[in-house]
Amino acid sequence: MSRSPAADAATNASGARSGHEPVAQLESVSRVYQMGDQRLRALDDFSFEFRRGEYWAIMGSSGSGKSTLLNILGCIDRPTAGRYLVRGEDTGALKDDALSELRSRHLGFVFQSYNLIAQLDVLENITVPLLYQDNPPADGLERARRLAERVGLCDRLHHRPRELSGGQQQRVAIARALINDPALILADEATGNLDSKTADEILALFDELHGEGKTIVIVTHEPDVGARAQHLLRLKDGRIEEVRHQR
Amino acid sequence: MQSGFIRVVRLGVRSLLLHRLRSALTTLGVLFGTSSVIAMLAIGEGASEEAQEQIRQLGSQNVILRSVKPPEDPNQGSQRTRVVVYGLTDEDLLRIRETFPALADTVPIRELAQEVRHLDRVMSPRVLAAPPDYLRITGRMLLSGRFLSAADEMNVANVAVLGYEVARQLFPLKDPLGEQVRVGSDYFTVVGILAPRLRQSSDRGRPGVDTTAEVFIPFVTGRKRYGDMQVRIRAGSQDMEQIQLHEIILAVDTPENVEFVAAASRAMLGRFHREQDYEVVVPLELLARAAETKRIFNIVLGSIAGISLLVGGIGIMNVMLATVTERTREIGIRRALGAKRHHIVTQFLVETVVLSVGGGAMGVVLGLAIPLVVERYADMRTVVTPLAPTLAFSISALTGVVFGLYPAWRAARMDPVEALRHE
Repeated sequence: MSRSPAADAATNASGARSGHEPVAQLESVSRVYQMGDQRLRALDDFSFEFRRGEYWAIMGSSGSGKSTLLNILGCIDRPTAGRYLVRGEDTGALKDDALSELRSRHLGFVFQSYNLIAQLDVLENITVPLLYQDNPPADGLERARRLAERVGLCDRLHHRPRELSGGQQQRVAIARALINDPALILADEATGNLDSKTADEILALFDELHGEGKTIVIVTHEPDVGARAQHLLRLKDGRIEEVRHQR
Repeated sequence: MQSGFIRVVRLGVRSLLLHRLRSALTTLGVLFGTSSVIAMLAIGEGASEEAQEQIRQLGSQNVILRSVKPPEDPNQGSQRTRVVVYGLTDEDLLRIRETFPALADTVPIRELAQEVRHLDRVMSPRVLAAPPDYLRITGRMLLSGRFLSAADEMNVANVAVLGYEVARQLFPLKDPLGEQVRVGSDYFTVVGILAPRLRQSSDRGRPGVDTTAEVFIPFVTGRKRYGDMQVRIRAGSQDMEQIQLHEIILAVDTPENVEFVAAASRAMLGRFHREQDYEVVVPLELLARAAETKRIFNIVLGSIAGISLLVGGIGIMNVMLATVTERTREIGIRRALGAKRHHIVTQFLVETVVLSVGGGAMGVVLGLAIPLVVERYADMRTVVTPLAPTLAFSISALTGVVFGLYPAWRAARMDPVEALRHE
C-alpha cells in the first residue's frame, strides 16, 4: 500500500509544524457512502494528523470530502475503514454514549448557520455542552458568563438567538464551542453566512484563539479564509491534494 | 445550576410554550379523557350506591314474599263485576312458620287502598297493616313517639304511625303526635312518626328527604276494620280483589341461610299455589345482582375511559412525532454538542409527560367539578371516591410515557449528520 506523497509531506514535514503531540490522528481512514447501486468514496485511505496548537484550513471543491472529514473529526460520523484517534484514544472502540461524552468534553463545534437552540437564551446556549457531560463542572454558568464577555456579548446574556444579529449568534456559538475547553475546535464554513466585515471579526477571534494555543480546524471554500490559517489542507476526491504551511 | 430534573422539566415547558395553541389543544384530549373518567365513575358509583341502599332498606337478611296479580284469564274478560282472589294466604304464613322454625320472625303485611285525611288535607299513602316486629326487621328508625306495640294488637287499637312525608303534609304546622287522622272511614290516633329514608332516584325535586309516603296501623286492626276485600272503581267497571296478605317478610337468622330459605319458600309456594300469584324477593340476591351490574358498568366504563385516553394518547403521539420532525435540526445540534441518546429520549419524554400530566391535572379539576354540577342540576346522586381521581390521573401520566416513548426513541435514533443537514 503506497502512501500519497502529500500525506508523507504532512506527517513528515515537521520542520514547518509544531512539535506538539497530535490531537486528532486519522490512519488510512475511508468513508464510503452506499447510494443505491453506487458506492461513493468520500474519503479514500486518508491519513493525517492534527497537532495541538495548530490552525488548519481545509479547502476543496464540493464533493472533495472536506465535510466528511470534518464529521469524522467531530465524531458524529464514523470511518468505514481505518482508525481515528482523539488524544490517542481510538474512537472505533467507543460506544455511542462514550463517543457523545468525548464530544461534550473535548470537541467544539462552530457551524455555518450558527445552530443555536431557539428556546434558550445566550447564557444557556453557551452551557449546553456541559449539560451533557457525565460530571458537569459546578462553575458552568460562571464560565459561560466569562466566555460571553470574552466574545463581547456581556450585555446580551439573556437574549434569545432570534434577537441577535448573525455575527452575534456566531459569537455565542464560538463561546459555546469554548465552554468545555476543547482539544479541537471544528468550524464548518463559520463565516459563510456573514458579511465581510463581520466575517473579519469572527476570523480575528479565531486568530486570537489560535494565539492562545487552541487547536482549530476550519472548513471553507473561501480562499481569503483559507489564507488566514496557519496551515492549508486541500482535498480532492477524498485524498490530499496539497498541504501548505503558510505562516 | 439548578438540579437536573427541574431544569429538564423547565426546558420542556419552555419548548412546549413555543407552540402554545398546539400544546393546549393536545392537552385537551387528555383533559377530557381524565375528567370523563372521574365524572362517569362518580355518577356510576352514586347510582350503584343508591341501588344498594334501596335494596338494603328491604333488609339484607330478609326474604320477602309478595302477592302479585296473576295474568288475566282472557276467557272471563267480558265480566263486568267480579272478584279476583289471589295472593298469599294466612295458611301460607302458618306453613312457613312451621317449616322454618329457625326463622327469627315472619311478618305479614297487608296493604289497604284507603285515603288518609286530617281536616281538609287528603293523601293517598300506602296504608300498611303490620305487626310490631316490622320496625325491627326492616331496620327503620323512629323520629318521635313509638311504633305499634303488642298491646295495640291485643286491643285492636286505632293507632297509627305516620311516615315522615305523611306527617309533613298532613301536619305542616303542628306536631302530629296525639292528633287524629282518618283512614278511610275510621279515626286513628297518631302515636309515632318514622324517620325519613334516604332519597331515592324516583324522588325528584326534593333531595335528601324521603317521599315514600306510608301509614302503619296494627295488623289485627287492619283486618278487623277493612276486611280482605278491596274495591277499586275504574271507568265503567268495578274491580274487586280479595287478598289475605300482601307481603310476608321472613327475617333469616344468618346470611348463609338466606339462600336456602328463599329456595324452600319458592318450592313450598309453588306446591300450594295454582297460579303464579306471588313473587319471592331476596334482597341478598338483588345485592349480588347489583354488584354484578356494577361490575359490568365498571367494565363498560373502563373501556370508555381506556378508549378516550387512547385517543388522547394518540393525539399526543401525533403531535410529538410532528415536533420531533420539526426539531430534527435541534436534535442534531444537541447530539453534536455531546447529548447522549438517553438525553434526547428524556427531553422528549419529559415534554410528552408535561403535556399529559398537565392535561390530567386539569382533567381532575374538571372531573371533580362535573359531579357537583350533575348533582345540582340533574338531581342524581354522585359519589367521588378518592380512587377515581388518583386512577384517572395516573393513567393520564402513564399515557404520556407510553405514547411519548416512540417519538422520543425516534428522535434519539437520528443520525446526527443527517439531522444537522435537515432544514
